[in-house]
Amino acid sequence: MVGITSYGAYVPFWRLKKDSIQKGFPGEKAICNFDEDSISMAAAAALDCLKGVERERVDGLFFASTTSPYCEKSSASMVAMATDLRRDIATADFAHSLRSGTAALKSALDAVKAGSAKNIVIASADCRMGVPGSPFERNFGDGAGALMVGDCDVIATVEASHSVCDEILDIWRPDGDVFVRSWEPRFTTSQGYLPVVNEAVSGLLEKCRLTPKDFTKAVFYSPDGKSHIQVASKLGFDLNTQVQDPLVDVMGNAGAAMPIMLFVAALEEAKAGDRILLVSYGDGADALCFQVREPIEKLAERRGLKGHLASKKLIDDYRKYLFWRGLLPTERRVETVSFVSVPAIHRERDAILRLQGVKCCNCGTVQYPPQRVCTKCHTRDRFEPYRLSDKKANVFTFTGDYISNPTLERPIMTTTIDFEGGGRMQCYMTDCDSEEVVPDLTVEMTFRKVGFRDGIHNYAWKSMPVRG
Amino acid sequence: MESIKDRVAIVGMGCTKFGEMWDQSHRDLVVDACYEAFEDAGIEPKDIQMGWYGSRETGFTGTQLASALKLEYIPISRVENFCAGGTDTFSNACYAVAAGVCDFGLAVGVEKTKDHFGGFNMFIVEPFDRTGVEWELSPASQFAQLATRYFHHYGLSYEEGKLILAKIAVKNHHNGTLNPKAHFQREITVDKAIKAPMIAYPLGLFDSCGVSDGCAAAVITRPEIAKNLKKDYILVKGLGLACGAGQSVLQPEYDFVHFPEAVAAAQAAYRQAGIQDPRKEIDVVEVHDCFTITELITYEDLGLSPRGKAPEDVEAGTFNLEGEVPVNTDGGLKCFGHPISASGLRMIYEVYKQLQGKAGERQVRDAATGLTHNIGGINGFFTGAVAIFGRSD
Repeated sequence: MVGITSYGAYVPFWRLKKDSIQKGFPGEKAICNFDEDSISMAAAAALDCLKGVERERVDGLFFASTTSPYCEKSSASMVAMATDLRRDIATADFAHSLRSGTAALKSALDAVKAGSAKNIVIASADCRMGVPGSPFERNFGDGAGALMVGDCDVIATVEASHSVCDEILDIWRPDGDVFVRSWEPRFTTSQGYLPVVNEAVSGLLEKCRLTPKDFTKAVFYSPDGKSHIQVASKLGFDLNTQVQDPLVDVMGNAGAAMPIMLFVAALEEAKAGDRILLVSYGDGADALCFQVREPIEKLAERRGLKGHLASKKLIDDYRKYLFWRGLLPTERRVETVSFVSVPAIHRERDAILRLQGVKCCNCGTVQYPPQRVCTKCHTRDRFEPYRLSDKKANVFTFTGDYISNPTLERPIMTTTIDFEGGGRMQCYMTDCDSEEVVPDLTVEMTFRKVGFRDGIHNYAWKSMPVRG
Repeated sequence: MESIKDRVAIVGMGCTKFGEMWDQSHRDLVVDACYEAFEDAGIEPKDIQMGWYGSRETGFTGTQLASALKLEYIPISRVENFCAGGTDTFSNACYAVAAGVCDFGLAVGVEKTKDHFGGFNMFIVEPFDRTGVEWELSPASQFAQLATRYFHHYGLSYEEGKLILAKIAVKNHHNGTLNPKAHFQREITVDKAIKAPMIAYPLGLFDSCGVSDGCAAAVITRPEIAKNLKKDYILVKGLGLACGAGQSVLQPEYDFVHFPEAVAAAQAAYRQAGIQDPRKEIDVVEVHDCFTITELITYEDLGLSPRGKAPEDVEAGTFNLEGEVPVNTDGGLKCFGHPISASGLRMIYEVYKQLQGKAGERQVRDAATGLTHNIGGINGFFTGAVAIFGRSD
């Protein structure tokens, strides 16, 4: 029996009130901070999914997005570093299609079924942009979802799947463009979404010899929070009792990640015996049928979609979003490092990306960054690797920088933190209210982008007040 | 190990005006400062046998100094050690003179900080590599962390702490008005300092030193040569330099309310100079007030105030010009700005003048022993430098 063995999600802390984009529009959308992107969000969702799972067990990592930071370079390998996985794993990048998330899921299910892997994590994230002021901009939201696929302690088995391929220029973005394009909604809905989703789900029902009332939950990708209602009703699903709320006015349409995130939402409420329909859309549609099993009761605690949705801060200044996305020019900022050294990054990659420190085998002192000579007992080269990314820490001292980059972040909080279990680190703090930062505040670590320079997206870990 | 005490004498010093010297190149500043030093010493440039060129951002290699002064084919080392660079430059010159391999040494510190956009590199990379993920932090953010912790550790409210820091800024600004070479020569009020725009919490604009260009230079020799040149040569009594090895940021035991590098440098200098009670035995002090919190903590690091008691001494005016131990009589980094490798030598210049009785309106009565202090770098990786000087009579 193959299926889902764990799940996780990530919704950015910041929510932009839609009213601030254009007056009168209700609700909010999740927007990633200037230091986030699809890779950082996918890592966060994957880490959520891996709560209670030994990293050593994972032998595959698939990344899925329409907004990969690189056109040529794996994002999956970066997520694998952030989640501190083994080297001998299968990785793959699923890209360019709103169905990338379910494509990764289907491939993972097929791989485990075929025996080429045993525990694959799929992590899907998106941060799509619509032209400022457009309905796309209002509807899109940033976020990520992750699922672990395996054949042991399965919480939801995959029963069947049915896919339809439909070549159409309804919604697309060519290489080099920043904003998603579309033909008019009259065309895209009537010729794309509605008939194709109908076709895929009908095909699945026929394949399984099931009817809508056999399902506990129906999870549909919804481009706008409305269109799914039409097709769900037409198929015969009950809007009130069966159809998963797509949360477009709560977090927004998260693109390729949306089906995965909404599936997580459904799993959070599911119990053994439930049957769940999962539908994605994009140049065709994937429809999958899952059966929830008993192990779902025994899953370790995680934030999931619910926990992330509940932890938020509202922004009502639209310009903040525009600055964060680089859509507004800013004044020259003094650059310091005259160049980025790839060899330096490469030899430090375990320390930087895995947040791996060392523990002295002689005196037990935890140190970050890794040292050759122990800071305490001066023993040379007797260390074992020590993961810090999953440890909580206390703020020992901090400051807020008001002048370095005021349009992007003011103040830029920096902290000196002491980890539970040992180790001290100086790092930026993110996603915080500067007024609430005090000595002894408890923080957790988060994987973020610290800059883009010389064509290189640089990632590192920052501290963050524990997301309540 | 032998002590440096009484083995080196300063016979000449020069110092340019510090400020935004847009129309002065580093060569101009070097010529002005060094020729003042040569005249003060009563020697010619060709008498210089070895040179030390202190600069962080204003050129590498000793040839910078050679070409400016036309010193032909003599050994010149370029010295750099962040904000301790000036004193380190001076110290290296002292060791050569004390070793007897050089009769007249020239130590110069210069910086054209304002040639860079925004002045001093607003950021320092930690820990000095270039992976591109190092956090780019302003120097203010380094020192501000000690302010946050000092307030917390000693139970000062934000308002109480800001007031103490403001009083230090006011003191230094007052002293700067008496110094024609200072960049800033105007009084400020405590209120203005407290309400100033925030730079790095809790440090505001007036808690931070200025950004400027400048140069200072010293001509040194052995005492037996010095006494034939002038009566009021000044003796080096002690030189301390201490480099951090990352302890503060690798070990949670570090408390962020003192600079271990400064403490170590001071202890070395006091030991060489034979000083047991700094507060009683030192008459005039120049400390590295890159930020007001640095000066506050330095009072304690140097043993002038007991741990945690520096705020009381600030309230009592202990370190004012008329106080028990005048600190930063020339206006400090606050009023001179901080051309990084020049500052250490600028401090020595003030102590030199004070001990000679030539400090004019800033003169400390009966100044016989003076101390300079620098701290430069970033948390865990500071270099502390302390130098002690005394009269020859």
